[in-house]
Amino acid sequence: MKFGTEIVLLSLFAFAALVAAGFGVDEPFRQHMWVLFFAVAGFTAILLRNTEFKPAVPIDPAAFMDGPIRYGAVATVFWGVVGMLVGVVIALQLAYPDLSVEPWFNFGRLRPLHTSGVVFAFGGNALLCTSLYVVQRTCRARLFGGNLAWFVFWGYQLFIVMAATGYLLGITESREYAEPEWYVDLWLTMVWVAYLVLFLGTILKRREPHIYVANWFYLSFIVTIAMLHVINNLSMPVSFVGSKSYSAFSGVQDALTQWWYGHNAVGFFLTAGFLGMMYYFVPKQANRPVYSYRLSIIHFWALIFLYIWAGPHHLHYTALPDWAQTLGMAFSIMLWMPSWGGMINGLMTLSGAWDKLRTDPIIRMMVMAIAFYGMSTFEGPMMSIKAVNSLSHYTDWTIGHVHSGALGWVGMISFGAIYFMVPKLWNRERLYSLRLVNWHFWLATLGIVVYAAVMWVSGVMQGLMWREYDEQGFLVFSFAETVAAMHLYYIMRAIGGAMYLSGALIMAWNVTMTILGYQREEKPMPRPIAAVRPARSGARKWA
Amino acid sequence: MTYNFMRAFADTWGLLAMALFFVGCITFALRPGSRTRADEAAQIPLKDD
Repeated sequence: MKFGTEIVLLSLFAFAALVAAGFGVDEPFRQHMWVLFFAVAGFTAILLRNTEFKPAVPIDPAAFMDGPIRYGAVATVFWGVVGMLVGVVIALQLAYPDLSVEPWFNFGRLRPLHTSGVVFAFGGNALLCTSLYVVQRTCRARLFGGNLAWFVFWGYQLFIVMAATGYLLGITESREYAEPEWYVDLWLTMVWVAYLVLFLGTILKRREPHIYVANWFYLSFIVTIAMLHVINNLSMPVSFVGSKSYSAFSGVQDALTQWWYGHNAVGFFLTAGFLGMMYYFVPKQANRPVYSYRLSIIHFWALIFLYIWAGPHHLHYTALPDWAQTLGMAFSIMLWMPSWGGMINGLMTLSGAWDKLRTDPIIRMMVMAIAFYGMSTFEGPMMSIKAVNSLSHYTDWTIGHVHSGALGWVGMISFGAIYFMVPKLWNRERLYSLRLVNWHFWLATLGIVVYAAVMWVSGVMQGLMWREYDEQGFLVFSFAETVAAMHLYYIMRAIGGAMYLSGALIMAWNVTMTILGYQREEKPMPRPIAAVRPARSGARKWA
Repeated sequence: MTYNFMRAFADTWGLLAMALFFVGCITFALRPGSRTRADEAAQIPLKDD
């Protein structure tokens, strides 16, 4: 029977959720368990309706397993649109606080929904599906472990649903980028270990002797995130049927643990993983090998060794010991070198093929991603310097920095990878429309520029207003005055975000039509190149 | 296993071990004869599909 074991196990899981909903000690936990019950029971019902009693079709062990990757590509686009939409909503809520809808949709609950939505749901699904795509092709091996990939995919979606609904119900550990409570954390740990087994198992059964560098980056992302997630979330639940837990750490240790996690979520989730994407998809799309393979190895080791120490720069001028703050600053500045080495490596992969930038909007997207990688890894070390940080910290400048990295680097490289993979995964000759990719490219790029520029101005203004003293030593501005001064910038930021979101909607349309098998009738993107003419009209007579 | 012990270990032997490992990785990557092998490895993604 198809799905036999799965149906039995999922029914037991749904029953456990029902029991937890009945015995829960607090109202949010009971509501959350009802959500879990309906999610799992609904999924079980779908499996029941699709079950078959025919003998299973034998699987070709040499063929790649692309089913979970196809689902992952769709999930990436879907969660991307959702996460970015929530981002635009909370940007508008900051400009117009009346848009907060109590209690589920106020800013405090929607903000982690946005961050987790774009980082873990959009970025996580992009990493999940591209890593499985890349590891099979560069190892020339089918995914390890049969249906393990399906467990990882659906388990991860369940984590996203539980995290998102938990935030809206007001369940939070209030640890940045790690807000889900203990039981959701435990579930993610199980899924993540399965992901590690899946990825490592595929590498172990590879038929290519060398492990391609993209897989190193993906593997370091999976291993490090496992370690960070487990340690950051060490906590003691108040009740095993309750939604509240307390951290194993206290005071400054807790703060440092959180930012050790928080910055490495940037370093290993949003950087190392997406660099794996860059090292596969940029050479593929440009049809050229990476500029220097040895530089990519040095990039890898330097990044791994330095990133893990950079976290304390989030805690400048706090109770954290001064040596630890300086350590975080020093390592952040050193990070500049591997980051720019990687950026140069990515950009120079196009050397000799720069004309593709004119004709191929997907390459254009990838190059813009690498350019933003370079820009935000320049800005980050600069902001980690204590003197700069005393102006920038807690202001919108930080938000601008994060978004130039997240929208520019993470978003653009993921869009490029999706545009590359989708026609191949569904056996389409080409995308529905390259011109729509071009529209997406410009909307996204201009959206980021508006967003980041506005946040720089707003952040520097905010920082300067906060520390403006008069000649008698009194603060010149009240806090509310600094908030009022930012109103216009908040509106402009929402416009930048809306441009980026509209680009993502165009992508969703383009990807949907590609999957459905349509091709848009349009003038081909590469405009016919005029016949090569001599530079000077007089040159001909000498020829 | 006090804080002071771990702190002292981290900025002496721990630091030395990690620095040596790092230098070893870089030296290995740049060792003579690695260029041809690296060029072969760089072709891996272009061979598939």
